[in-house]
Amino acid sequence: MFAQISASVIDGLLIGFVYGIAAMGLSLIWGVMRVINLAHGATMALGMFCIYLLFTDVGVNPYLGLLLVVVLALIFGFIIYMASLHRVIQAGYLYTLLATFAVNMIVIGIGTMVFSTSPRNVDFSLGSIDLGPIILQGTRLLAAGASIVITAALYLFLYFTRPGKSIRAVSDNRAAAELMGIPSSQVLALSFGLGTMLAAVAGGLTSTFFPFTILSGGTYQLKSFVICVLGGLGHPLGALFGGLILGGLEGIVPIFMPVSWVPVVEFGLFVLVLVVRPTGLMGAK
Amino acid sequence: MSFWRQPGFWLNVLLVTVGGAVVILLGQDTLRETAFTVLMFIALASSLNIIMGFAGYVNFGHIVFFGLGGYFGFFLLSQLEWPLYLAMIAGGCLSVVVALVVGAAVLRLRGAYFALATIGINEAARAFVANFPPFGGATGLYVNFSAYDKYGGAGQALWWIFILLWLVTIATVVLCYLVKHSRFGLGLIAIREDEDAAMVMGVKAPWDKTKAFALSAFFPGLVGTLYFFKNGNVEPEDAFRFQLSLEILVMVMLGGKGLVLGPILGAFAYERLRGYLLISPIFKNLHLALSGGVLLLIVLFVPGGAVGWVRDRFPRLRRVLE
Amino acid sequence: MKRFRVGFAVVLSLSLILASLTAPPGATAADKTILIGFTASKTGKLNVEATRQINGLNLWVDEVNKAGGIKMPDGTKVKVETKYYDDESNKDRVQELYTRLISSDKADFLVSPYSSGLADAAAVIAQQYKKIMITAGAASDSTHKKGYTLVFQSYTPASRYLTGAVDILLKLDPKAKKIAIIHENDKFSTDVVNALKKYAEDKGMQVPLFEGYDSGTTDFAPFINKIPQGVDAVMGGGHFADTTTFARQLYEKKVSTKMIALLVAPPEPKFAELGEACISVIGASQWEPLAKYSPEAAKAENVEWFGVTVPEFLKLYEAKYGKEEPSYHSGGGYAAGLILQKAIETAGSLDTEKVKAALDKQDMYTFYGRIKFNTTPKLQGLQEGHEMIYIQWQKDNQGKPAKAAVWPAAAATASPFVCPTR
Repeated sequence: MFAQISASVIDGLLIGFVYGIAAMGLSLIWGVMRVINLAHGATMALGMFCIYLLFTDVGVNPYLGLLLVVVLALIFGFIIYMASLHRVIQAGYLYTLLATFAVNMIVIGIGTMVFSTSPRNVDFSLGSIDLGPIILQGTRLLAAGASIVITAALYLFLYFTRPGKSIRAVSDNRAAAELMGIPSSQVLALSFGLGTMLAAVAGGLTSTFFPFTILSGGTYQLKSFVICVLGGLGHPLGALFGGLILGGLEGIVPIFMPVSWVPVVEFGLFVLVLVVRPTGLMGAK
Repeated sequence: MSFWRQPGFWLNVLLVTVGGAVVILLGQDTLRETAFTVLMFIALASSLNIIMGFAGYVNFGHIVFFGLGGYFGFFLLSQLEWPLYLAMIAGGCLSVVVALVVGAAVLRLRGAYFALATIGINEAARAFVANFPPFGGATGLYVNFSAYDKYGGAGQALWWIFILLWLVTIATVVLCYLVKHSRFGLGLIAIREDEDAAMVMGVKAPWDKTKAFALSAFFPGLVGTLYFFKNGNVEPEDAFRFQLSLEILVMVMLGGKGLVLGPILGAFAYERLRGYLLISPIFKNLHLALSGGVLLLIVLFVPGGAVGWVRDRFPRLRRVLE
Repeated sequence: MKRFRVGFAVVLSLSLILASLTAPPGATAADKTILIGFTASKTGKLNVEATRQINGLNLWVDEVNKAGGIKMPDGTKVKVETKYYDDESNKDRVQELYTRLISSDKADFLVSPYSSGLADAAAVIAQQYKKIMITAGAASDSTHKKGYTLVFQSYTPASRYLTGAVDILLKLDPKAKKIAIIHENDKFSTDVVNALKKYAEDKGMQVPLFEGYDSGTTDFAPFINKIPQGVDAVMGGGHFADTTTFARQLYEKKVSTKMIALLVAPPEPKFAELGEACISVIGASQWEPLAKYSPEAAKAENVEWFGVTVPEFLKLYEAKYGKEEPSYHSGGGYAAGLILQKAIETAGSLDTEKVKAALDKQDMYTFYGRIKFNTTPKLQGLQEGHEMIYIQWQKDNQGKPAKAAVWPAAAATASPFVCPTR
């Protein structure tokens, strides 16, 4: 029984790290510009496909492929921001929500046409580590490690570099930042690009464990919402903790009840936290 | 109120009434199938308009009323053999109860938080129904084919279902118009523009919002029961489709939110596009991308939707295009 | 002059309209065509199995048309045309598309989409519009408990799918006691495992784990972690995509058990892509290329034979599709065509009621096995004559994975073996 619980918890936590990275992108965009990015899932799916194509057609190691994904996603995010959000950023939450949702529909529509909805698989294995009754998959350990590195890098970027500080300034008070000479539109575009990048990287990491289609991002997007609310919208670090909490929950809950109850618990908790403490467990802006 | 003297009222009601009547008179099966989907979308979009267009609360999970009400109605129909008319109304009532209970908690949230919460509710409802044995769990419910005999066999039954849907849609449109031109509706619009100012002026916002939410829940419940009965079965996946929920939102935005004519035209246009692209092997997935493109253009350039734009350009038509 | 031109135009258009209304498109009195309508999951999670199925069906269409058409008792021949749409493995599309096939495209007969869930959705429409539908790729019993009279099943029903696996387990280890069942939460798999559980418990075994997963699940870790230590067998699965992932993750997590028996995926040749992970996995198959059905065996049982023999089918399939080895899904598609063909020939007409009567009476052996339908009102259309063959992936002489039939004894080409410890 103990072996079962520890195996489940560890499995859950390892996935939780990747959930955290995914949610971090969403949380960052919300924190900086008060936009809920409904194209988040689609971006994750694009990340999955990027790694898949690089691995299957070009033979690039998935983890090296991630570096290319980072660059592509940054540019992609920038373009999305300029094309869809720039005009409506001041118009209120309904319009920004719908703008990102429209982008989501476009990406999924074109993606379905190009890739169809048949499942794909990145057949990449790093073996596993045997700890007695607990088996740890190499790919998941590496993904968890990558998540920690990315979080650290993001933290350093936001707090110790000029662009990072500009982002924090704009998210605090856009008008004041403009007055201080910070080009706020460019900064917003950069933050959106960062958020997209985090989503795509999370997608790429996930593609090494599970098969996926262009629609797979949807489930992760829903989980990202839950995590952001748990951890507090606008707090990237909170997103990582939220991810770990969710992953841990997904590991522990099935031991005591049928696995199909997990979504009920997840979304029930989601609504509960929203109603009782909308600022999340770590407090948000 | 004398709404029957307003051209705006008649335009909307007649559009739906005459359209449906023509289909019934022609008696063709394929036309009926297409018209069924159009009417269903009109009813769903118009009911969403009550909470989203009038009160300004964007419900991303509107489909949950369709799903829960429809499941309950279908359950009564298939397991307890209630007549269709009663089961349908019971389904609508269940949706209202759910709206009242959930609304009490969730309507306190503002803006994007409310939108997120509605998504969570839809997902939680789906997961719950998938685990709920009386509703068939993950494999859902079905009617024994002989259930159609009560209505004169399957062929006849399909026509009765269509007629019922037609009547329900007319009722939805009439209700939307009445709400818009009532004091209650005025209060909702005030809430949409500035909730705090509205409360200061004496609008009882919490209660009014809840009423609007409950009203918007009733018709989807009716429609859900009819839809599942037509298909003969229901599974959790079909009843709580998030994508459909978002598509309804697009329809409202496309036609123009806050107007009665908006959802009607938006639903019609969207369904035509979808139906056309459904069977074309190359373009069938393009419908989603095209809809996304259209939505983006509307959000960026024509936030009032098609009807809203026309009303802007031609102020004289405002009395007619409600 | 102007009036003349107008008049001419009117006369021309009227005559064109009249002409198009009266003359059927190039058909002579003795030559008829029937239109068979169906949807196929060319995309979506069911696309592997569905593609095989329509390959089989299209092969049958080719063969029938090559012979001039279906032979009616009065000497005329009826050619076959097909019309199909992609349902994207999506139930809603299935219902819309079948309605369109029936009312706009005017299909005469229908074949179901692949998978019990989609076939069930299509069956409602078929019955509502009173068209005969032969289901292929649909094993769920529950479809035939709903009062349909025009739906006929070509597959062995789900209730008889994995019961043989319990027999194999008891042969490998008579003292086996515990089976863990993890299955897809859809009609087919649920029907299979409910029957499986009952069969196992009737034989005195226990089922300590019995859980369903959502269709489209990719993460089986929560389920695998719940498998108790020391279970004698892990059974279940669902359709190709999820079952393959499940098998892979069982291997990655080094689950130790005596037997793994899964649905749908193992008999598919593509399953071998799993490499080491597929070895020792047992699957239940509706048909295998090494099946021993033949006209002689049919005669010995006093049942008539119809259609191509097994070697003939394999040759035709290879001629049309090249290296692709047919799986039971391909065989099922072809068999669905054979069933319809025989019924039309027996009925001597295309009238729905007459063909239905012919289907009710049908009892024949084909390359695919025996075909006989249940005709009681409670289970109308359920397949009664067909049997399952169990296969296991074993290593051939070159160490590569190869399928071997291991059950029932009469059809076996090798003995089953216990899963190696991982």
